[in-house]
Amino acid sequence: MSSPFARLIVPALLPIVLILAWWYTSEGGSSIFFPPLSQIQERFQELWLFALVPEHVVPSLQSILWGLWISIVLGVGLGVLLGLNGYVATAVNPVLQFLRYLPAVALLPLAIQLIGIGQEMRVTIIVLGALWPILLNTIDGVRGISPGLIDVARSNRLRNFDWIFRVVIPSASPQIFAGIRASLAVSVILMFASELLGASRGIGYFILEAQRQFSLPEMWSGMILLGIIGYALNVVLMAIEYFALAWHRKARI
Amino acid sequence: MVAVLLVIWQITASVGQLGAVPTPVEVARALLAIFASGAVWEPLGTTLAGWAISLVLAVVVGIVVGFPLGTSRLAYRLSVFTLDFLRTIPALVLVPLVVLLYGSGLESTILLAFLGAVWAVIMQTIYGARDVDPTALQTFMSFRVRRWDTVKFLLVPTALPYIATGVRLAAAICVLVTISAQVVIPAGGLGEQILTAQLGGAVPSMYAYIFLCGALGVGANAAFGKLEGRALAWHPSHRKVSA
Repeated sequence: MSSPFARLIVPALLPIVLILAWWYTSEGGSSIFFPPLSQIQERFQELWLFALVPEHVVPSLQSILWGLWISIVLGVGLGVLLGLNGYVATAVNPVLQFLRYLPAVALLPLAIQLIGIGQEMRVTIIVLGALWPILLNTIDGVRGISPGLIDVARSNRLRNFDWIFRVVIPSASPQIFAGIRASLAVSVILMFASELLGASRGIGYFILEAQRQFSLPEMWSGMILLGIIGYALNVVLMAIEYFALAWHRKARI
Repeated sequence: MVAVLLVIWQITASVGQLGAVPTPVEVARALLAIFASGAVWEPLGTTLAGWAISLVLAVVVGIVVGFPLGTSRLAYRLSVFTLDFLRTIPALVLVPLVVLLYGSGLESTILLAFLGAVWAVIMQTIYGARDVDPTALQTFMSFRVRRWDTVKFLLVPTALPYIATGVRLAAAICVLVTISAQVVIPAGGLGEQILTAQLGGAVPSMYAYIFLCGALGVGANAAFGKLEGRALAWHPSHRKVSA
């Protein structure tokens, strides 16, 4: 059971069974909504390896990465500021909580009205959704720094720059990464939702067009692609976290 | 601080520095207007109904599926990768398909919110069921406690705090997905009102509806946090330190 072979095989079993079941039940199916998987796979190869990648995948990924990057910079920057000034953080907390539970998709019409339907709108809306998990986690992380560490830094008269970049941010980084992971999920959702409402390129737009033209295999191939991209981004982020926080794991053993 | 921000917003907006953004006074007036005219009740009802039904479904299905997966090692290992993959897929991706299958009614938002929230409950139930103290389990076994009593006195109390967290998460996710789906489909409720208000150029009432959505999210989370605290008052993690 615990040989490395079994460890790989057992989790892979269910997906394989599910995919095979999908393949065979859809093969002779008559429902137009669930086209044969073989057909979807064919279409997937035609479209996404790699004919339409520059037109639809690249803009979507750009929106996500820009949005996430701006959210990280803003979220960590503001989070450190607020976390170090406890009084201000307490004062703005109600506003932050409100913004965090406000569904960012509800802001989409607002963003469209203010900015129009370009790439900037999509990046803006992603930032409006993805900023809060990072910001709130950074504040928590910064406020959770052990008082001993603060005293040591003070008595050694650490320069402000070193204090923030070598002590504060690294100590808060486990929580910052947890925030980034939550934000990534939000970014993927907002990328898709913003492309449904206002775009002429991107995966979301492609899926919507396919749906409108009743090209079900194309639509399914787009949805599967989006699932794979979402999962792959998550894996990449976990790998980055694994390396970036290697010192943290070692320190805890 | 909230007041200060509101004043800053009022001043910059009335000076005209923010472009088309209305002042908070205008938004408040629009908010009062939609309540006074009664226009708010029907969309609010639709949103709340969609939210409640999807939440109940997600919790029931999540617990029923999660428990067996958490108590059996083999079942857990078989499903862990599949669950990990499925829960990273955002529910909104299914919007085009769901619209084709069920149209743009309440069923669609319920189905989407259910699909978005059920994973949180399943995962939390699995963690909870796996967290059973092995010594306690062995004690129960050596006393030959009846199967049902083991479930009642050991499994459920252990898993309950985790499940409560799962329910709170699911409540927040259901608000989020319900409103989001109502915006993008559009499928009635507060979400569609935001979109209609924008398309109709009724900017202050658009802000009013957005504000309502935020209040709904905060309210759901606060209510379930309270409920969690009350239902689990006996649990160590919720007990007030009395020493």
